[in-house]
Amino acid sequence: MVEAALKALDDSGLSRVNSIYVGNMAGEFLQEQAHLGAIVAEDLGMVGTPAYRVEAANASGAAAIHAGALEIASGKADAVLVVGGEKLSDGLIEEVSSALLMGERQDYEGFMGADFYSINALLYKLYMKRYGVKDDLIAVFPMLSHKHAKGVAHAQYPFEVSLEKILSSPYISEPLRRFEVSGVGDGAAAIVLIGEELKSKIKAPKTELYISSATDFMTPFEREDPLRFQSLSVAVNKVLDEARVDRGDMDLIEVHDATSIMAAISLESSGFAEPGESGRLAMRGEFDLGGRLPYNTFGGLKARGNPFGATGVYQVAELHLQLTGRAGKNQVDSPMIGMAQSLGGVGGTAIVTLLKAV
Amino acid sequence: MRVPRYWRNKLFRYRLVGWRCVNCGAFHHSKPLVCKRCGSREFREVELPKTGKLLAYTVVKIAPKEFKDKTPYLIGLVELDDGTKILGQLTDFSREELREGARVEAVLRKIREDGENGIIEYGYKFRPLVG
Amino acid sequence: MVRLNGVAIQGYGGYVPRYRIKAAEIGRLWGREKQELPIEEKAIAGLDEDSVTMAVEAARIAVKRAGIDPKRIGAIHVGSESKPYAVKPTGTIVAEAIGAGQNILAADLEFACKAGTEAIQLITGLVESGRIEYGLAIGTDTAQGRPGDALEYTAASGAAALLIGKMTDDAVASIEAWNSYVTDTPDFWRREGENYPSHAARFTGQPAYFKHILGSINELLNGDGYSLEDIDHFVFHQPNVKFPLAVAKALRLEREKVSAGLISGFLGNPYSATSLLGLVKVLDEAKPGDIILLASFGSGAGSDAYILRVLDGILEKRNRAPKLKDFIERKIYIDYASYARFRGKLRLR
Repeated sequence: MVEAALKALDDSGLSRVNSIYVGNMAGEFLQEQAHLGAIVAEDLGMVGTPAYRVEAANASGAAAIHAGALEIASGKADAVLVVGGEKLSDGLIEEVSSALLMGERQDYEGFMGADFYSINALLYKLYMKRYGVKDDLIAVFPMLSHKHAKGVAHAQYPFEVSLEKILSSPYISEPLRRFEVSGVGDGAAAIVLIGEELKSKIKAPKTELYISSATDFMTPFEREDPLRFQSLSVAVNKVLDEARVDRGDMDLIEVHDATSIMAAISLESSGFAEPGESGRLAMRGEFDLGGRLPYNTFGGLKARGNPFGATGVYQVAELHLQLTGRAGKNQVDSPMIGMAQSLGGVGGTAIVTLLKAV
Repeated sequence: MRVPRYWRNKLFRYRLVGWRCVNCGAFHHSKPLVCKRCGSREFREVELPKTGKLLAYTVVKIAPKEFKDKTPYLIGLVELDDGTKILGQLTDFSREELREGARVEAVLRKIREDGENGIIEYGYKFRPLVG
Repeated sequence: MVRLNGVAIQGYGGYVPRYRIKAAEIGRLWGREKQELPIEEKAIAGLDEDSVTMAVEAARIAVKRAGIDPKRIGAIHVGSESKPYAVKPTGTIVAEAIGAGQNILAADLEFACKAGTEAIQLITGLVESGRIEYGLAIGTDTAQGRPGDALEYTAASGAAALLIGKMTDDAVASIEAWNSYVTDTPDFWRREGENYPSHAARFTGQPAYFKHILGSINELLNGDGYSLEDIDHFVFHQPNVKFPLAVAKALRLEREKVSAGLISGFLGNPYSATSLLGLVKVLDEAKPGDIILLASFGSGAGSDAYILRVLDGILEKRNRAPKLKDFIERKIYIDYASYARFRGKLRLR
């Protein structure tokens, strides 16, 4: 996290900030480490700077951005550092699954071992049944993420994976396969948020940030429609409203593809595809880097990686690189507006960030 | 899991006892102060019906560490006879019986043990209806 | 012998798990020929079952048949030699699982295979004296057979429960008399901390099983009022198929009087539940007016014998819940590897 933070600070030209927000989900569990705010401040040579860790399951990074943005918007801070980090590989694969399970209700899903993957598997089955589609129209999403991660320096898996390879990988929780879910990743990402005051003084390339959040029932099966992330729908509408843009104005999108089925449901819940149609659009190339709505332009959670608390910050940092024309060979053609969607649990929390090029 | 937590949730795990919102009927498996659906503050204790039908299931092959020695196990989504949708492990299913629409009933089973020395965690699971 | 007044079985329930292993599959591991095998197959508790979960199954069925509010139960005594907790009562878990109240007696019992029938004596005493309204007597076991030992072929899993209360018009059967016959006879035992029991092979026959079962039955029949001819069904404890038939032969009983209660050939010997499951099977089929003699045997050693009279109430109550045959018929065969995993014979650490 310190490494990423220093890069972000360098990029911004600032050496001091008013506050630090840390996104992290599993530090207490995998590293037995709490109090990450004060630790990061100290490790950055910023002892004295207020610093907190923010948590919202897999959306912790985006939640940290939200906290930072609110402090800027309130006028109480001019510059805020947001850094997300996670070291999942300290744990065994079953411990990482236990960490994910902490994003569900321990006294319900937890006690019976209905882990994150099994909930996704049930949604997967309900989805296939309702829309009469086969698994290829869902597995297309991890394939697409991998296509975009090819050769990306900061990606965990910077290579392509064919649909056949995905569909023949072993089941984690039938019908969800191993290559349809994000792996055990380590990483950190950081951004610097500034207020109006500093805008003219900072020479670094900037983007305008809008962010909104909503929650939903924890268990998808208690929602009115389990195949709809209402939290995401609400947060997307709120942020579009605040930024005064329409869905059609979106030039690229970072989707929370912790699992293939979450990617499909996310696109449909946020109105970028009709219910049941997202897979077909993906197959037609709509979400390719050169397509109508470029998707997960550096590989998303599946291929760039999903170190839980870092993910939400990676998404926004990547959007920022795209909108400031610094995405290298992954550059989308002249993007003006981008959206990043971060989900906690299976949609219990949704945090949506929208960036506008300035 | 720690003893106090296990003990707090006995009623629901053993007999599917929970609380229904008097206003909107939403079921809560632990004692609520505020209804999660409508915000109302009045509840009545209910014991859910023990029979229902299987809506969907999955076979967990790779599990969290607490359940590593139980794989493969089944997680099902069941619609109980009063319409309540509930998650639960499935047990005692033969290959032929495991299909959507199967009639199921709740039984008490061992969910897991806390190692060799810890407590045994009992709770409901669903099996094909007998008789 | 003890004669009882106004005490009846109001509900009964039996449970056997789904899984079966053929004796031939066990024999395959140890090189045994088919003719050496004492039974055909036995019932085995699944990975998520133990004597507690099975006790709850049987208890729920008994309560359902009785049709009473479980809060009226004043005592729950569970007999088992395979308690999952050496110290922590099964009875309290059963009580909460069936929705009984808190002001109840709930001690677990042990007397090898007769702990379930022991519970009946205690409960009848509490009921007859008016101390409690209803009581549950349960026998449950996930009997453990030492790998390679003769008992591995028969040690099985199962549970049975009797809900006992004062006599009413809709009672299932009256409990008219009982006798317990015990001596200090170490035929079969399990020391503290041991996973598997030990036994004295041939010694478990004449000086143990036969002596006590016949001793208990004789005492019951020598008291005035009952003779062998009066009895319509005999249910004996059955560690295998040969022993109960040998008792029948010794008493010169017609085969039909014994056959209804025989279960070990296809279920094995679930220890504290065995004779009670034989009783459950008979109750599922018996006619009002039938007289049943039930004689259990527990190593260490002793036998409880009962005279029961089936009443009209059985006709309606029998159909309120699944019968034993509903559980017997649903079978899934497993191999020795799954058997070893289910029964904890694999060392996981």
